[in-house]
Amino acid sequence: MNRFSYARPNDLAEAVQVATAESRFIAGGTNLIDLIKYNVERPARLIDITRVPGLDRIEPAPGGGLRIGALVTNSTVAYDDRVTASYPLLASAILAGASPQLRNAATTGGNLLQRTRCYYFYDSGTACNKREPGSGCPAIGGLNRIHAILGTSEDCIATHPSDMCVALAALAATVHVTGPIGDRVIPFADFHRLPGDRPDRDTTLEKGEIVTAVELPPEDFSAHYTYLKLRDRLSYAFALVSVAAALDLDGDTIRTARIALGGVAHKPWRIPAAEDFLSGQPATAESFARAADTLLSGAQGFGHNTFKIGLARQAIVRALQQAAAGTPQSQIDKRIR
Amino acid sequence: MSTTIETHVGSPRRRVDGRLKVTGAARYAGEVAAPGLLHGYVVSGTIAKGRITGIDTAAAEAVPGVLKIFTHANRPNVPAGDADYQDMVAPPGQPFRPLFNDRILYSGQPVALVVAKDFAAARHAASLVNVRVEAEPHATDLDRLRDSAYVPPEKREGIAPPPEPRGKADDALAASPTRVQNEYRIASEHHNPMEPHASTVIWEGGGKITVYDKIQGVKNSRDYITAVFGLPPDDVRVISRFVGGAFGIGLRPQYQLFLAVMAALDLERSVRVELTREQMFTFGYRPGTINSVAVGANPDGKLQAIRHEAIQGTSRFEDYQEVVVNWSGLLYHCDNIALNYRIAKLDTYTPADMRAPGAPLGVFAIESAIDELSYALKTDPLELRLNNYADTDENEGKPFTSRELRAACRQGADHFGWSKRQPEPRSMHDGRELVGWGMATGIWEAMMMPHSARATLTAEGKLEVACATADIGTGTYTILTQIAADSLGLRMEDVTTRLGDTMLPEAPVEGGSWTAASAGSAVYLACEKLRQTLFQLARGMDASLLGNASFEHVQFRDGRIELRTDPSETVSIAEVLRTAALDRIEEHETAAPNAETKEKFSQYTHSAVFAEVRVDEQLGVVRVTRIVDAVAAGKIINPKTARSQIIGGVVFGLGMALHEESMLDHTLGRFMNRNLAEYHVPANADVPEIDVIFVDEHDDKANPLGVKGLGEIGIVGTAAAIANAIFHATGRRIRSLPITIDRLMN
Repeated sequence: MNRFSYARPNDLAEAVQVATAESRFIAGGTNLIDLIKYNVERPARLIDITRVPGLDRIEPAPGGGLRIGALVTNSTVAYDDRVTASYPLLASAILAGASPQLRNAATTGGNLLQRTRCYYFYDSGTACNKREPGSGCPAIGGLNRIHAILGTSEDCIATHPSDMCVALAALAATVHVTGPIGDRVIPFADFHRLPGDRPDRDTTLEKGEIVTAVELPPEDFSAHYTYLKLRDRLSYAFALVSVAAALDLDGDTIRTARIALGGVAHKPWRIPAAEDFLSGQPATAESFARAADTLLSGAQGFGHNTFKIGLARQAIVRALQQAAAGTPQSQIDKRIR
Repeated sequence: MSTTIETHVGSPRRRVDGRLKVTGAARYAGEVAAPGLLHGYVVSGTIAKGRITGIDTAAAEAVPGVLKIFTHANRPNVPAGDADYQDMVAPPGQPFRPLFNDRILYSGQPVALVVAKDFAAARHAASLVNVRVEAEPHATDLDRLRDSAYVPPEKREGIAPPPEPRGKADDALAASPTRVQNEYRIASEHHNPMEPHASTVIWEGGGKITVYDKIQGVKNSRDYITAVFGLPPDDVRVISRFVGGAFGIGLRPQYQLFLAVMAALDLERSVRVELTREQMFTFGYRPGTINSVAVGANPDGKLQAIRHEAIQGTSRFEDYQEVVVNWSGLLYHCDNIALNYRIAKLDTYTPADMRAPGAPLGVFAIESAIDELSYALKTDPLELRLNNYADTDENEGKPFTSRELRAACRQGADHFGWSKRQPEPRSMHDGRELVGWGMATGIWEAMMMPHSARATLTAEGKLEVACATADIGTGTYTILTQIAADSLGLRMEDVTTRLGDTMLPEAPVEGGSWTAASAGSAVYLACEKLRQTLFQLARGMDASLLGNASFEHVQFRDGRIELRTDPSETVSIAEVLRTAALDRIEEHETAAPNAETKEKFSQYTHSAVFAEVRVDEQLGVVRVTRIVDAVAAGKIINPKTARSQIIGGVVFGLGMALHEESMLDHTLGRFMNRNLAEYHVPANADVPEIDVIFVDEHDDKANPLGVKGLGEIGIVGTAAAIANAIFHATGRRIRSLPITIDRLMN
């Protein structure tokens, strides 16, 4: 851990103003502090935004839907009445992750910006293109059991570890940001990046930009949804594969489907073609399996993680079955429905 | 009229140190404060083998608050001889010498110590130390090195090598109509106690130091310090009053102790060195193990042959050994047995004893093979075991001091409802989930080691008992208090137990499940001596009511000595001391194993573990939903702390079965999942209801208390029982632990 200075701006404008390339915004700090301890992040200055007003509310969005401020904690979101009633998929995904203590501290904006759990990324004694561009990727050909099978590059096979973001991707949320170039709204699918040749960049945020809110559109899928997470123990582990599934059904026929995968790529993995295919199809295992094929098209294993391809296929089908049946996965009872 | 005294021993009692622990009043090695305390932060190496060509410390030294950066190039003089670095638990070989020279022996090796006025400065400066290295080819993959495995030429003290072969295993195996032959593997594991290793060295002046160390035996640290740094024993006091879990990794002095003492002596200041969680992966670990097992039986289910060979890794510099295969010769009656144990050199640190070292590894193999045999024979796995029950120790040709394993099997089975098990794999379902019931037996040594204790009674009727042994969270403070309170007929509140200090009567390291039997016996004997002394004093009192009584005629109750036949004939202990004009009576005693008993008998604890699992085989998800562990371990001093010990062991075994794996990147020669997010231990959600049954087992030979120890037995059969249950559920035999999703899914 390096030495750093500390700033606590009183409003958003000041926060944006004091930000530099060497500074980092900090809210819950549940990931950033670890990264600093591991010398992965070496900020010259921490800008504590927890006192910035206006970012800690959940409120109706102007065009319907719900707007969640960047500083609202994961716990607050998961147990908010409006969220549990209208966006239970989001609540379920949040409760599938971390622990109560972490969720009490972690914020909405921070969750979007958490970084990969790749062993090599955390180990400053090894090479890592994400941590030190150009140094190499020991995970390819090394220990890659937890790594990506989709959208990888020859520079990086890391995954994005969030559960919440998988649900936000499926719900087609938008990310509201502000910064030196003013306010922007980024569709969720465009917020996180694939690694390409710049795996050091996780998101499309520009320098100095700050997340102010996440907005959920009116379409809520509250009747037919599930968040199914498969991991190395029954709680408190990052996803090997997770699936956020949401359906709008007309009897047994699918009107609209949304599927996002976690644990398999550098970002929540969503393929519109798979969802388009399901439109008008019967809600059967056969349809779901074909959607899974489309979602996993081009999937590539690296040895230890090759099992994820088959696991993801099974998980997609099961999740869509859970959603269609209106029996979402409970995050308390660990029996998989 | 005689009275029955309700004893503390045998009754559930709360931990006497519980309040101290939950309020934070119990201070651990890294929490002790001292005026002007300096903080050391370790710089860890990154390559597995090679040479340090230079260390640039200029940037680190420029950090305000940094006092000194120790490296191999500027460290104070220390002896070069290996013998000086030996400790009580060291295996044969040349112990690791921190900062000794430019050689890198393993990845994560400490290469520098930054000492600063505060922790933050030390940590920041450590990140600026630039170590240049020249790497050499290394090898850490046991699979690739298995052909280089050898029978250790020098045996490790206290570790029994495999017994001589009995009969002709190969011939009997070939002649057996039913045979099972397979490889069974267990991943390397790290101990991961909640409390990371730390040493706080208090500079007392005049060359004297007091060391608060995370250690399972203060004598081991003290002897190490005096040998390595050439200090007289009187100048070094080591204290380890509380240990936040150790599981074996606190047996040997670790490098943070060396570094803290070195810095304190050099700077003549108090110094603390605490390791990070990540650095907890830079020394001993449970070695990954490859077992090859073959068993053969006749159609009547009688075992004809057992062959069991195990290969484990060790370091380049020490020949670590543990007992892996011997258990296969102890659990069953079999005339043809061949057991073999070999080790292979890896470029890692030396492995370390970890809860029941060796036993769950070998028992996983033999108890999986026996389970496989039961299916091949179409017989019940439990009945197969009872059909081949060993009534004596056939490895050594001796009777057991006691062995209620059969009762454990029966009582465990009854409690679990084993008779309702459908024998066919995949025959039990609950909704989507396949249900499996499996069982295995467990075994561990019931050892005793020489321990000394002191018992001091004051005129106020307060008793203090003391022994240098450690309580690593097992409940030693509590059970010694119970034993002492019963001896003198006192309330537990009137007894204080002191542990973990080289100023106290000597004890070896705490480990091997021997502490209850050993320290317990020493305290018992010291208190017994105190009773005798008190009785003699009481008899000598003018107008003594007990004048004509013999020792057998009296009992101690409520702070008084009374005639068993007539409790109204009584005198208070306080009065005895007052009359004798004594303000205190102090007695010392040493308890040691009886050589003749050891010669004639074998001493083991046993268990029968029954597990229920539910498996979603499409998704590879297994849930352990029920465990019953029936344990035969002699007398149970405190059923409450005893149960906790078994539950902890079972959870440990569950982790071995499903979760725990220290992942080595063989290209880097480096353990990579060095944190508790990626090194998985069971979370609460993974741990089912665990029923612990203590089977009545009377043992009048093992030790004066009839106690056999509980620290290890809980883990031993658990992983095998779970793996066997998974086979019963799914029909898939997974012979490699941990059984993770990728290994389980179809």
